[in-house]
Amino acid sequence: MAAMNMIQAINSAIDTTMERDENVVVFGEDVGYFGGVFRCTAGLQKKYGKKRVFDSPISEGGIMATAIGMGVYGLRPVTEIQFADYIYPAFDQLVSEAARLRYRSGGEFFAPLTVRSPCGGGIFGGQTHSQSPESMFTHVCGLKTVMPSNPYDAKGLLITAIEDDDPVVFFEPKRIYNGPFDGHHERPLTPWSKHAMGEVPEAYYKIPLGKAAIVRPGEKLTVITYGTMVHVCLAAVEQAQVDAEVIDLRSLLPLDLDTIVDSVKKTGRCVIVHEATRTCGFGAELMAVVQENCFWSLEAPIERVTGWDTPYPHALEWAYFPGPDRVAKALKKVAEA
Amino acid sequence: MSDGTTLPPLSLHIPEPKARPGEAPDFGEMHLSPAGAVQRPAATAPETDLRFYPYQLIRVLDDEHQALGDWDPKLDTQTLLKGLRYMMLTRAYDERMVLVQRQGKTSFYMKSTGEEAVAVAQAMALDRGDMLFPSYRQQGLLVARDWPLLDMMCQVLNNHRDRLKGRQLPVMYSARDAGFFSISGNLGTQFPQAVGWAMASALKGDTRIAAAWVGDGTTAEGDFHHALTFASVYQAPVLLNVVNNQWAISTFQGFAGGERATFAQRALGFGIPGMRVDGNDFLAVYAVTAWAAERARRNLGPTLIELVTYRAAPHSTSDDPSAYRPQTEAAQWPLGDPIDRLMRHLVACGHWNEARHQALTRELDDYVKAQLKEAESHGTLGTSKHSPDSMFEDVFKDVPIHLQRQRREMQEG
Ligand SMILES: Cc1ncc(C[n+]2csc(CCOP(=O)(O)OP(=O)(O)O)c2C)c(N)n1
Ligand SMILES: [Mg+2]
Repeated sequence: MAAMNMIQAINSAIDTTMERDENVVVFGEDVGYFGGVFRCTAGLQKKYGKKRVFDSPISEGGIMATAIGMGVYGLRPVTEIQFADYIYPAFDQLVSEAARLRYRSGGEFFAPLTVRSPCGGGIFGGQTHSQSPESMFTHVCGLKTVMPSNPYDAKGLLITAIEDDDPVVFFEPKRIYNGPFDGHHERPLTPWSKHAMGEVPEAYYKIPLGKAAIVRPGEKLTVITYGTMVHVCLAAVEQAQVDAEVIDLRSLLPLDLDTIVDSVKKTGRCVIVHEATRTCGFGAELMAVVQENCFWSLEAPIERVTGWDTPYPHALEWAYFPGPDRVAKALKKVAEA
Repeated sequence: MSDGTTLPPLSLHIPEPKARPGEAPDFGEMHLSPAGAVQRPAATAPETDLRFYPYQLIRVLDDEHQALGDWDPKLDTQTLLKGLRYMMLTRAYDERMVLVQRQGKTSFYMKSTGEEAVAVAQAMALDRGDMLFPSYRQQGLLVARDWPLLDMMCQVLNNHRDRLKGRQLPVMYSARDAGFFSISGNLGTQFPQAVGWAMASALKGDTRIAAAWVGDGTTAEGDFHHALTFASVYQAPVLLNVVNNQWAISTFQGFAGGERATFAQRALGFGIPGMRVDGNDFLAVYAVTAWAAERARRNLGPTLIELVTYRAAPHSTSDDPSAYRPQTEAAQWPLGDPIDRLMRHLVACGHWNEARHQALTRELDDYVKAQLKEAESHGTLGTSKHSPDSMFEDVFKDVPIHLQRQRREMQEG
C-alpha cells in the first residue's frame, strides 16, 4: 500500500497494465515526454520508451480513429483527451465507429480502447475546461462510461477499463485529483493522504465495471451520485443531519441497478446528484430506473440536484456548482416530504 | 518481397525535437533565406507561379537591421513608430497581466511574447473593416486596433465592467466593434468560421475580407483542413494564418507535421498560394499580409500564410516549459525578437535612439499601470462579479421557461 493521490493512482494503473501487457500503448496530446498537463502519464515514456508512450498531433478525431485502428490490429490503446471539453472532435469516431464496430461486423472486429479525460469544474477553468459530458456517452449504445471518485477506485477501475475488450470512456473529475473536494471551496483541501481511499495497493487489482459502492450506509433516504459529487453529498449529509445512504455509482454504464434498487426500496426516498447540466443528464436516466423499479416503495418525489442548464461561467463558478448547501436542502426536503 | 529480398521489420517513427532540457538548442537545420532574397510576385500572379514560395522564408530585415529587397513595404517612419509602439504596448500589457495573475487577482493568463509582430503588423496591414478570427495569442490585434486596454483588463479580471459578464476564461476576448471575433477555447474552430464569413462577404458583394489565426499545433485539427477545403473550393477572400511558434504546450511542431514539410506547403494540395514569412520581421509580416489582402480584395481568393516565430513565454500561467525544452532556446532563436529588430532598424535609419526607446518603455509601462489601476477599481476575480442571475442570460436570445425556473430555484438558495 502507498499513499496516492488520484493522479498517481491513475499513473499506477497504466503502469501496472503496461508491465503486464506489452500491447498496452499510451498516446495523446502532451502525454509523452512531458507526461500530460495533469501529469497522469509522468515517467511512463521514460520507463516504457517512445514506442509505447508517445505524444500525438492535436487532433482528437485523429487520436480516436488511430486508437480504433491500433485496437483492430490487436493493441490496447489508452488515449488521453486533454480536457473532456475537447472530446467533441472525437465524437464521430467514438459514436459511429468504436461503439458499433463489434455490432456491425458481427463480432469480427472490436475496439478495445480506453479514453481517459479530465472532466468537471471547480478549478476556474471557464466553459472550456469544466464540462461533464458523461451523459452524451451513456446515451450511446456500445460505449462504457466510468467516473471514479477516489484514488483506490480510480486505479482498480482504470485497470479493468484498459483490459476490457470494449471501448471505455473514463472520466476523471479533475477537481478531486489532489483531494476529496467536498464543495467547500472556502476551506483548504484535505489531501488524499489523509483519506482512507488514498491508500492504494501498488500491485495489480481490479474493480469490476457495473458495481457501485455504498460510501455511507443509511436508512432515511438514498443519494445516488458519482465523481466529485460523492464528496459534496457526504458533506451535505453531515450538514443536513439526515441518515442518508450514499451510493457512488463508479461506473454509469454498465449501471449497478441492484444496489440502487435495494437501497431505494429500503429507504423509500431518493435524491440524485450530478455536476453536469440537468436536462437529459444522467440523472434523468437514474430517475427513470428508480421510478420503474421502486415506484411502490417511494414515499416522496425523487429530487435532482445538478449543474444549471448553462455553460460553466468562469467568475460565477460557485453559483453554478451544485455545492453542499443545495444538496443539503434537497436532502431535507425529500427526508421531510 | 516478391523478388526474394528480405526487408528489416517495420518500425514506427516518433518525432523528437532537436533538444530537450539540459541540451544545447539546435536550429541548425532551419532553412533561412537571406533577407531580400525572395522576390515579391505581383498580387495578381496566378497560383501556378507561386508554388515555390512555401519552401522559402520571406525576410526583409537583415542582420545589420537594413530593409532589403522588393518585399520591403517602404512604410513611412510614422507607421513604423506606430508599429513599434503597439508591439511594446502589447508586451508591457502581457508582462503586467502575468503579475496580476500571480497576485491572485485572476485565474489565468497567456502571453504573446516574441510573437508581437504577427498580430500587430497583420492588423496594421489589414483594413479596419476586415474581420479577424483570432486564437488566444493575438492580443496584439486588439492593441493595434486601438481597442482600450481597460476593456481587455476588465475581461481578464472578470470584474463587473467585463462585457462578457465574467463568463469567459481570461484572454478569451470578444470585441465586435473592433472586428474581433469571440475567441473560443476549442482550438481551430474559428479557422473555417472565418472562411464562412469571407464567403458571405463575397456572396453579398461586400468589399471586406476576413483573416484567421491558428497555431502550428492546431493545424492537426480537422477544422484546419475544413477551412482550406472551403476556402479553396469557393475562392473565399480570406487570409489563413498559421503562427508557427515551434511549440504547442510541450509538443514541438514536428508532431503537427513540421518535420516533413512547411506549414505553408499545405496550401499546395489545395491549389492556393502558401507564403512563408519571418514572423519576427515586422516589415516582412506587414508586406506579405498586405500582398495577400490585396489578392483577396481583387477577388483572387485565399492565401495560407505561415508566420515563423518562437513562443518565448510559457504556454500559459499554468505551464512550465523548463520541463520540456532548453531554457536557452528562446535566446538562441535565429530570427531574434520582433521588437528588438524593428527598434534597431529604426535606430539604423536614424529615426530612433536608446534614450527615446527607454522613455517609451517607461511611458507605456506607466500607461498600463494606470489603466490597471482603473480596471482594478472595478474589481478583480472573486471580489466583484456579475449577479448570479446573469448566468441564465444569453444561453438563448430569450430566457426559456426551464431556465427561468432554474433561476428561481437558485434565488431561493
Ligand atoms: C480542441 C482542443 N484540443 C486541445 C486543447 C488544449 N490546448 C490548448 S492550447 C494547446 C496547444 C496549441 O498549440 P498551438 O496551436 O501551436 O498554439 P500556441 O499555443 O502555440 O499559440 C492545446 C493542446 C484545446 N484548447 N482545444
Ligand atoms: Mg504553437
